[in-house]
Amino acid sequence: MSLIQLTATDLLKKLSAGEVTSVEVTQAFLDQIESADKQVGAFLSVTKDSALEQAADVDSRRKAGKPVGLLGGVPVAIKDLLCTKGQVTTCASKMLENFIPPYDATVVRKIREADGVLIGKTNMDEFAMGGSTENSALGKTSNPWNLDCVPGGSSGGAAACVAASMAPLSIGTDTGGSIRQPAGFCGVTGLKPTYGRVSRFGLIAFASSLDQIGPMARTAEDAALLLEAISGHDPMDSTSANVASPQFSQTVGKPLEGLRIGLVKEHFGDGLDSEVEATVREAVKVYQSLGATISDVSLPHNKYAIATYYIIAPSEASSNLARYDGVHYGHRCDEKQMIEQLAAEKKAFEESGDEEGLRNMDTSLVRMYRQSRAEGLGPEVKRRIMLGTYTLSAGYYDAYYLKALKVRRLIRQDYDTAFKEVDLIVGPTTPSTAFKTGAKTDDPLSMYLEDLYTVSANLAGVGGISIPCGFSTTGMPIGLQLQAPPLAEEKLLQASHMFQQATDWHTRRPELS
Amino acid sequence: MSESLPYKIVIGLEVHVQLATKTKLFCRCSTEYGNAPNTQTCPVCLAMPGAMPVMNREAFQLGMRTACALDLQIPLFTKWDRKNYYYPDLPKGYQISQFDLPMSEKGTLYISDPKGRFEPKDVGIIRAHLEEDAGKSMHDEANGKADSRIDLNRCGTPLLEIVSEPDMSSPEEAKAYLEELKLILSYLGVSDCNMQEGSLRVDANINLHIETKNGKIATPIVEIKNMNSFRAVERALHYEAPRQYDIWQETGGVIGEISKETRGWDDSAQVTRAQREKEDMSDYRYFPEPDLAPVTVTEAQIAEVKASLSELPQQIRKRLQADYKISEYDAEVIVNQGQATVDYYEALVSKVNDGKLAANWITQGVLRILKEQQIEIDAFPITTDRLADLLSAVQNKEIDTTRAKDVFEKLLESETSVADMMKEMGIEKVDDSAIDSLCRELLEANPKVVADLKAGKQQAVGSLIGQAKKKNPNIDPGSFRKLCLEIVQSM
Ligand SMILES: [Zn+2]
Repeated sequence: MSLIQLTATDLLKKLSAGEVTSVEVTQAFLDQIESADKQVGAFLSVTKDSALEQAADVDSRRKAGKPVGLLGGVPVAIKDLLCTKGQVTTCASKMLENFIPPYDATVVRKIREADGVLIGKTNMDEFAMGGSTENSALGKTSNPWNLDCVPGGSSGGAAACVAASMAPLSIGTDTGGSIRQPAGFCGVTGLKPTYGRVSRFGLIAFASSLDQIGPMARTAEDAALLLEAISGHDPMDSTSANVASPQFSQTVGKPLEGLRIGLVKEHFGDGLDSEVEATVREAVKVYQSLGATISDVSLPHNKYAIATYYIIAPSEASSNLARYDGVHYGHRCDEKQMIEQLAAEKKAFEESGDEEGLRNMDTSLVRMYRQSRAEGLGPEVKRRIMLGTYTLSAGYYDAYYLKALKVRRLIRQDYDTAFKEVDLIVGPTTPSTAFKTGAKTDDPLSMYLEDLYTVSANLAGVGGISIPCGFSTTGMPIGLQLQAPPLAEEKLLQASHMFQQATDWHTRRPELS
Repeated sequence: MSESLPYKIVIGLEVHVQLATKTKLFCRCSTEYGNAPNTQTCPVCLAMPGAMPVMNREAFQLGMRTACALDLQIPLFTKWDRKNYYYPDLPKGYQISQFDLPMSEKGTLYISDPKGRFEPKDVGIIRAHLEEDAGKSMHDEANGKADSRIDLNRCGTPLLEIVSEPDMSSPEEAKAYLEELKLILSYLGVSDCNMQEGSLRVDANINLHIETKNGKIATPIVEIKNMNSFRAVERALHYEAPRQYDIWQETGGVIGEISKETRGWDDSAQVTRAQREKEDMSDYRYFPEPDLAPVTVTEAQIAEVKASLSELPQQIRKRLQADYKISEYDAEVIVNQGQATVDYYEALVSKVNDGKLAANWITQGVLRILKEQQIEIDAFPITTDRLADLLSAVQNKEIDTTRAKDVFEKLLESETSVADMMKEMGIEKVDDSAIDSLCRELLEANPKVVADLKAGKQQAVGSLIGQAKKKNPNIDPGSFRKLCLEIVQSM
C-alpha cells in the first residue's frame, strides 16, 4: 500500500516507528497533488517548500529523540478561509486575492504546534457561501468520484483533497453544513464540532454565530486526532467554550454500550432521494446489529431551519463583509478611471440640466466603495449581503431577524427535548448525492435546500458528523449524519468509529486516471 | 412680524467620554494620545479578516464607577451590538456599541449655581453605555488635492456615551451640567476629560416649547455638533434658541412635521450651520454582536464599586461648608478645582485652624497664580507648610495682610522659609511702645487731624497711617489706627 492510501493514524505509527520520515510522507502527498489536482482542483495554493521544511524539522527532532507533537509530521490541508501567517489567504474571492495575513488562525497555530505539516490551502465557495464550491472566484473543484459532479461546499476542496488522497487530514468550516455536506458528497468523514469547541480566531467570518471549524479525514479515528489538536478554549475568541478538551484520539476506540439512536421523522419526508433513504436505513440496521436501540424523535421546527438560517447567516454576513470596502486592504477599483467616470457623469447631468441626477450623484468615496465591492465580490456573496442588509433594516428587523432568533431558540429546544430520549440523532447528511456541475447554479433556492438536514445543528450549536455509508447506483458516495448534544463530540466519534469498524465504505477510494 | 411669544428652551446633552484605560476596548493596543499615526494598531483594531474582539474588563469597570457616581442603575445582564455604517475611519464597517440593553440607565446629576442664575435641579440621565471610538480622518485639500488620511490610533479607544434627559432649560444650565459632569469624571479618575484632545465630546439637542394662543407647540429638534469647549456649547445654544424661534415664525414648522436636523457650530463665525448628513446614516442596522459574549454583573460587584467610590464633588462642597464654615461660593470654587486643590485646602486649614482665612488665600491668591502661570496645584511652589507659616504670621499680627501679599509673591520665586523671607524683607513685629511713640509723634505734628478726629471724622486717621507706614513699613495699620483713636479720645 502506498503512503498516500494510509490513514493519518497509520502514518503516525510508521513515523514513530521510524519506518518512514515526514519528508517522505509529505513528498508522497505533494506528488499526488502534482498528478491528481490538475483534474480535481482542490487546492488554491500548495506550500511545497515550507511543508518540506516543516517535515524535515519534525524528522530531525524525532531522530534526536526530542518531543514531537500529536500530529507528528502528518500533512494537513487548510481551507482558504483560515488565516495563515505570511501565506496568501483568499477566501476564494477576488476581493482578498492578494491578502497575506500577518498572523495565524488559532487552529493553524495549534496544528503547527502539534507538528501537522501545512501542505496547502483548499478551494471553497467564496467566503464559504455556497454548497458546491462553484462560487469560488479563483478556481473550479471537481468531485473525485465523478469529475462532472460538484464536490459539495463550501469546504469542497477540503473534502475533495482527502477523497483524492492528496492530504490525509484537512480543515473545513461549517456554517450551515459546509463540512458535512461535502464530506457526504466526497465519501469522507467530516465533523462539525459544537459551537465554541474550536476557536474561531483567524477564521474569516461568514456568519459568526454559526461558523465552526472542524476536521475532515478518512476515518473517525483520524478526525478524532485532528479535533484533539485543534480544540480547546482560546482567550482570543470570547465565544470559545471554557471547558477542558478531551483526548479524543484516546477515547475514539471505546465502543458505546446501550447506544440509543433517534431517527428524525422530519428527515425522512419529501425531497429525500429514495436511494439515499434506503442506504441510510441500511446503515441504521448496522447500528442495530451493534446493539443500539432505535426510536423515532421529532424536531418539529426543523421545517423552519432553512428560512431561519437564510435570515441569520446573511444578516451577520452583511456586517462581517462590510470591511471589504477597498479602504484599508483588499481589492480597490481603478481610482483614476473611477474619477474620470464620475466627472463624465457630472458633465452629462450638467449639460442636460438634470438637477436631480446631479443631487443624487455618488461622492467619490461612495463610488469607490460601490465599485470596489461590485468588482471584488461574486454574485452569491452580493445576494447574501443584500438579503442580510434588508433583514436588518429598520422596519424589517422585528419581522425577520428578531423572529429568526426566536425560531432559533425553538430549534435548540427541539434538540434538548430529543436528546432527553436518545444519545444520538441519525439520518441522511443530504437529500441526494452530488449533483452535476452547473445543475443548480441558476436556482439558488434548490441549492439552499441542500442544507435541509444540516443547518439545524448550526442554529442549535450542537455537533454533527458525516460518515460514508454507501454508494448510489451511479457510484456516488452517500453520507450518514450523526448529531449529538453540545460538547458530546466523543460520542459522535465513538459511534462513527463503531460503524467504520463494521463497514468498509470509508476505505473506498475513487479512481483517478 | 407678530409680537414675541414666551418660550421655554429644552436642552438634552450627549457626552462621549474617553475612558482612561491603558489599552483599547477590544484589543491590547495603547490608547496614548499624540503619537505618530497608525503606530498603535493591531489586527483587531485594523479589522483584519479573522481578528476577533476581546473585552477590556478595566473599561467596563470604569464604566461601572461612572454609572454608580451618576446614580445610574446597572443591570445584571448587558450585551454588545453592532452599529453598521460605512466610513473610512471605521475599518470594520461597524462600531461595537450597546443598543437596547446598555450597561446602565436612569440616573441623575445635581446642578446648582452659586451666583443664582438658575434654581438648583436634578438633571435626569437616560443611560450611559460603552462603545468603541472610531479613527480620525484628516482631509488634506492642499494643492487642489482631495486626499484623505486616516489615523487609526484612536480606533477602539473605549468611550462612555452619557445621554441626559432634555431637562435643561437654559444654556447656563447646560454649561453647569457639563462642568459638573466633567468634575465628577475627574474626581473618579475615569477620564482626563481633555476637550482639545477629544477625550470629551459634546453634542446638544435643543428645541423650544412656545406658548401660543392655541396652546403649547414644540419646534423641531436640532442636534448641534462641532463644539470644542463648554463655552462654545453655551454660545451655540444661545445662538440656536432665537434662531429656532425665528424659523418657527417664518415657517410654522413643528416637531413631527419636520425631521430632526443636524447643525454644526462654526466657532469663528459664531453661528450654527446645517450639516450634510453622512451617506446612509439614518439606519444603523443594529444587531447583537455575535463575536462577544454578553456581560454579566453581580449585585456584589456593584456593591463593591459603590463602596470603592471616593467622595463626590457635591458631597465635598457640603462637608467643607459644614466643617469649615465657609460660604457656598468658596466651597464651589475650591471643589471645582479638583481633588488636589481640596486636599491643599484641607491641609492648610488643619495648620491654621481658620477655614475662612485659608479659603480667602486660596481663592484670591493661590488660584490666581495657577491661572496666571497656567499650572496645576501640584506644581504650585508654596507648600501648605509655608503658606500656613505666612498665615500664622498674619494671625499673630506679625505682618499685615498687604505686606503678607508681598511676601507671598516673593515665596513664589524661592524656597526660603517664611521667617527668613520676612527677615530678608526687613519685616518684623513692631512692639507696642514703638507704635505708641510713633502715634504720639504724628498726632503732635498734625493738629488738624486731631481736630478732625475729635469732631468725629474717623477717616482722618488714614493720612496718619500713610505717614506711619512711610516711617516704619512694619507698622500694623490696624493696631496703629486703634491706638491713635484711643489716644485722641483720652486727650
Ligand atoms: Zn489594536
